[in-house]
Amino acid sequence: MKGVHDMGGMECFGELELSDTDVHFHHDWEKRVLALCLAMGASGPWNLDKSRSARESLPPSYYLSAGYFRIWFAALENLLLEFSLVSTDELATGTVIDESAKLSVLKASAVPAALLAGSPVERTMPDKPLYQVGERVKVSRTVSKLHTRCPDYVRGCVGVVHLVHGGHVYPDSHAQMQGENPQWLYNIQFNADELWGESRSQAGTVHVDLWQPYLENMEAQ
Amino acid sequence: MTQQNTPDNDATNLADPNTDQSRQGSASQQLPREHHQHHHEHHHDHSHLDDTALRVRSLETLLTQKGYIEPEALNVLIDTYENKVGPRNGAKVIAKAWTNDRYRQWLLSDATAAIASLDFSGRQGEHMVVVENTAQVHNMVVCTLCSCYPWPVLGLPPTWYKSAPYRSRVVIDPASVLAEFGVTLEPHKKITVWDSTAEVRYLVLPERPANSEHLTEEQLAALVTRDAMIGTGLPLDSSLVSL
Repeated sequence: MKGVHDMGGMECFGELELSDTDVHFHHDWEKRVLALCLAMGASGPWNLDKSRSARESLPPSYYLSAGYFRIWFAALENLLLEFSLVSTDELATGTVIDESAKLSVLKASAVPAALLAGSPVERTMPDKPLYQVGERVKVSRTVSKLHTRCPDYVRGCVGVVHLVHGGHVYPDSHAQMQGENPQWLYNIQFNADELWGESRSQAGTVHVDLWQPYLENMEAQ
Repeated sequence: MTQQNTPDNDATNLADPNTDQSRQGSASQQLPREHHQHHHEHHHDHSHLDDTALRVRSLETLLTQKGYIEPEALNVLIDTYENKVGPRNGAKVIAKAWTNDRYRQWLLSDATAAIASLDFSGRQGEHMVVVENTAQVHNMVVCTLCSCYPWPVLGLPPTWYKSAPYRSRVVIDPASVLAEFGVTLEPHKKITVWDSTAEVRYLVLPERPANSEHLTEEQLAALVTRDAMIGTGLPLDSSLVSL
């Protein structure tokens, strides 16, 4: 889908705010939100793609005005509700009413190992990649109406395969809790003028990581 | 301590913060019921801020009582990213590449392994690619769709990296973004932008500063700024090294 989170190429947001560039948190609660999301991300039944989808599914006006960590917090509340880990009454009262789900809780002692392990998404593929480095490809204009990582500004554009990253978990399936469905992932290079018409000062190329289902074979055109 | 920041000064805002009107716009079926109830209950200036702090505390308590989280684990997570992981990690990678050409080659061909050899790896750095600035090309990294960023080498992203102006403009007009960082490239240079749409994370290998041949790897690392590794800045001048 094309949502307000898909901002590449918009020019309506003005200048950057660069007054305190080394500050990561402006309030202590923001730290707790970050940690809550990481901890529940480790123990909750959802995945990173589902989390991103939850943030993008917030109302556009809220997404644009609430601030980064409020978006994370609102999406976490929605995930907890969607997966029936808490009820609306529990959220409203802050007290336990219903029976808890069985989760594997992230313990403090397990945090360093969990962060070190991360969540690698590269998978062995049963087939060969359809496209090779140097090959021209066109980005499909037909993409998922739900969560996708194909940004709007490259759709319909022609680029060149720069890297074949390997088989990676496919976010369009993963975000819908339909399994990993790994697909070949490519780094595609686009000329700025292909994306934007007349390119701006010193703009050369833009590289975007795109999964094979987002791409069309130029031969088939 | 009193809160200096009103909600409207909250620099975590993605866009220019809007008026109360837009916050009321948060009322929607996609938000938990809590959101609009609170919005309608409070009218004083700090309501948004105070509400959030209270609600975060309330949710942490609830999740603890439900047996879903261990609060001490949250403390460890926060301590890790506030105090342990940050751009000094990435600076070591860059300085090593500047002083050791075999390492540089390895970094450019298999960044994940080369960076892991310095003990930087894990969450949000599982699949790394390093892109090298040259006399002709300057690289910049962005995540137009959210806030993807190489945590093991740079720590958490700065607020501006997650903001709408940066996410939207870098891909279409990178030089204008650089100008706001006070960076002007030589006119012949072209800018290559890397949009982190997948789980691959990009790190810029800046050009080694001029007149730095006499510096040690450690001294070179001190010249590598976070922004130089994102591409919104350049390394510090070699004369700035305190010998």
